[in-house]
Amino acid sequence: LKETSASPPPLLFLLSPHPPELCFSAAMPQTQSSTAASGGGGRLRDAFGGVLCAFTLLLIGLLAFSIRLFSVIKYESVIHEFDPYFNYRVTQFLSKNGVYEFWNWFDDRTWYPLGRVIGGTVYPGLTLTAGTIWWLLNSLNIPLSVETVCVFTAPIFSANASWATYLLTKEARGPGAGLMAAAILAMVPSYISRSVAGSYDNEAVAIFALIFTFYLYVKTLNTGSLFYAALNSLSYFYMVCSWGGYTFIINLIPMHVLLCIVTGRYSSRLYIAYAPLIVLGTLLAALVPVVGFNAVMTSEHFASFLVFIILHVVAMVYYIKGLLTPRLFKVAMTFVITVGLAVCFAVAAVLIALVASSPTKGWSGRSLSLLDPTYASKYIPIIASVSEHQPPTWPSYFMDINVLAFLSCFLPLSDASSFLVLYLVTSVYFSGVMVRLMLVLAPAACILSGIALSGAFSVLTRSMKFQRQTSENAGDGSSNALANSETASKEKPSKKNRKRDKDSEGSSPADHMTEEKLLVLPCGPAAVGIMLLIILSGFYVIHCVWAAAEAYSAPSIVLTSRSHDGLHVFDDFREAYGWMRHNTDVDDKVASWWDYGYQTTAMANRTVLVDNNTWNNTHIATVGTAMASPEKEAWEIFSSLDVKYVLVVFGGLIGYPSDDINKFLWMVRIGGGVFPHIKEADYLRDGNYCVDAHGTPTMLNSLMYKLCYYRFVETDGKGFDRVRRYEIGKKHFKLTHFEEVFTTHHWMVRVYKLKPQKNRVRGKLKLKPAGRSSSKANSMRKIGGKKNPWQ
Amino acid sequence: MPRATSDARLLIQSLSKAYAATPTNLKIIDMYVVFAVATALIQVGYMGLVGSFPFNSFLSGVLSCIGTAVLAVCLRIQVNKDNKEFKDLPPERAFADFVLCNLVLHLVIMNFLG
Repeated sequence: LKETSASPPPLLFLLSPHPPELCFSAAMPQTQSSTAASGGGGRLRDAFGGVLCAFTLLLIGLLAFSIRLFSVIKYESVIHEFDPYFNYRVTQFLSKNGVYEFWNWFDDRTWYPLGRVIGGTVYPGLTLTAGTIWWLLNSLNIPLSVETVCVFTAPIFSANASWATYLLTKEARGPGAGLMAAAILAMVPSYISRSVAGSYDNEAVAIFALIFTFYLYVKTLNTGSLFYAALNSLSYFYMVCSWGGYTFIINLIPMHVLLCIVTGRYSSRLYIAYAPLIVLGTLLAALVPVVGFNAVMTSEHFASFLVFIILHVVAMVYYIKGLLTPRLFKVAMTFVITVGLAVCFAVAAVLIALVASSPTKGWSGRSLSLLDPTYASKYIPIIASVSEHQPPTWPSYFMDINVLAFLSCFLPLSDASSFLVLYLVTSVYFSGVMVRLMLVLAPAACILSGIALSGAFSVLTRSMKFQRQTSENAGDGSSNALANSETASKEKPSKKNRKRDKDSEGSSPADHMTEEKLLVLPCGPAAVGIMLLIILSGFYVIHCVWAAAEAYSAPSIVLTSRSHDGLHVFDDFREAYGWMRHNTDVDDKVASWWDYGYQTTAMANRTVLVDNNTWNNTHIATVGTAMASPEKEAWEIFSSLDVKYVLVVFGGLIGYPSDDINKFLWMVRIGGGVFPHIKEADYLRDGNYCVDAHGTPTMLNSLMYKLCYYRFVETDGKGFDRVRRYEIGKKHFKLTHFEEVFTTHHWMVRVYKLKPQKNRVRGKLKLKPAGRSSSKANSMRKIGGKKNPWQ
Repeated sequence: MPRATSDARLLIQSLSKAYAATPTNLKIIDMYVVFAVATALIQVGYMGLVGSFPFNSFLSGVLSCIGTAVLAVCLRIQVNKDNKEFKDLPPERAFADFVLCNLVLHLVIMNFLG
């Protein structure tokens, strides 16, 4: 296609790589004399700059790796939390049985009696990556266990992610900004929180894939090379394999293309960057089983197809414009517009009818809850109940990205930096909806503040360097500032001493394509500015290291607390899972709330009813109803599902706040969403949730209360609950349908066994079970409650 | 109305005259693009006749045609001598990129065809 007749503003020169001197000035303020302009001296400086860059990158990678090792040092090399245990179990299976078995694996140890098709419902990127690393190391005769590889995958990939950030920022601005952004990303707390050693979750590799895909997209946009377009598609494929957040990429890039078209920046490089990505990317996304045909049928991808069509239309318009004279072009436009609008309306009407016919307008539940933050709480309580899906508070922004929240710079405006700005704005919006998505905001914040800081440093160091060299004033007048950050406002510009850098030495001003004079400040304020910026960065580093060490390194499967008599370690979870592993049969089914499903299957190796995948709301509601019902009804529900053991987590003895009694209201809500005879109001006294003497009888008779507080009064004689901070309501009671088989050392996990049915039934109720259930139904109807579907 | 038709005829005439002036290699690429898009349309028509099962084969067929058309358009952009952005890109390099991308595309298609 011919080049457009209305050429974009002359910003192309800004895309040329900055000289390595920028790398220099950001790295060390004192440089060699700039009068060594001879070819040999220049080459030596380039080489030295390159080596310094590489060495700094190596150090940044080491920093990213080592700051994430706090949890290994403080606790042990153990997998954290809940989701990583599932990934660990899948990786174990992969390493033992090979890839083909992994693709075809049907897991019957979870979601009993439904099972789960692992091959089709898991994002395979993380497990395949770790499996490949393990296989590679073992084939080199380095015998690392699968667990070690899993624990350290995240720090390795965070080092890769900081190198990818360097590449992306270098494409957008220059090597100096790249190094700055990479160093900032290596330490940013919100990324550390999801990629600490032991946090073996999808985001560990997905953030690296995200940044790398963006880098390749920007590189293709800048160079217009099809080779990078192919690499971009492959990197996008890796991202689709790794995380459900790939929909962010496939919506952000079309948005950026649309922005470029609308602001008049259409160029043929844009076409080369976008069109092959869409075709190859859709095909590659459809190859991943968990996405499958969703790649062409769900609304999350429609934006990309729409912009694909729009791009072709725009390209055709530019092409025809180049072929015709302006008058004829106007004629062609009027003709096309009249016909085209009619066709467009027809197609749009069909599309809207198709989309409107589906109740969610084609979007999946999770995506809808991102677009409409109130959607989940109204319709899908499970999504609303997950703690990482809550909106973040303002302090969490400061905690997670610290001073980066105040630094941002995107001058000069080019294709690449407009992309970064769009990325920042959209990720700020989405991070405001869900605290988990602060992670997506982190790279954007790091890159833009890296550009800002690097720009500020380069201005200040250039001032100092220039002040030392020349002593005559040669200039006047104002100039555009290169750095637009808030910290630059700390410098006090003085009109008298503004000088014109290098323009006086080199080519005449007419040669420069813009009238951009570089800002130079007097020596004193420049030195003060450099000091202040270094102190600011120092605060940032201190905060990051503190956050990594104290806040984000807890494995949450082992708890510690410091008191006057030393360090207490609470290893109750693993104690309970170990007990279950050794003292129950292999085929026994365990019922617990879905939080503990992954850990139970991975560590205790027992079949569970529900786990953290939460794909079946009715099954979870069944378990919730059972926990909220009285003992007999709960026993019947559980025995209909072949359950042998019930597990509850109880924190009242030691003050562990995330126990099942605190989660109980969610169980009631989710159960009540499917089975209407469970009503939340029955469990609240005057709208308050309490389990003391004022608790409602429904609450005090529920299975969860009984299993948690059985024999609790024996610990201190009064039954004082350290989490709720009052004495419990019902203190002395016996269990009729369950028997306690194990309670851990600090009473955190309690395991109960279902008592088998009695052989002989005494009294008025004779052998027929139908008679028993009919009298039960009578009593239920007498109370006036809704009909219980299990009777 | 007559002015519209005469305008339309003038339009088509000048379009065809301007297009005739493009070099031959670009015209060959254009023909290839037209062929690929026509194949895609035939496939969509056939799908309308016999139904869309198996869907993955239909998708891979249509997307392979559209994909190779898009790549050919990219090649045309890069080889066109009037494009000032690509004047120091040797056409051999552009063609090598085109072949590489087509290889990747068809590898994926082979995998997805089912």
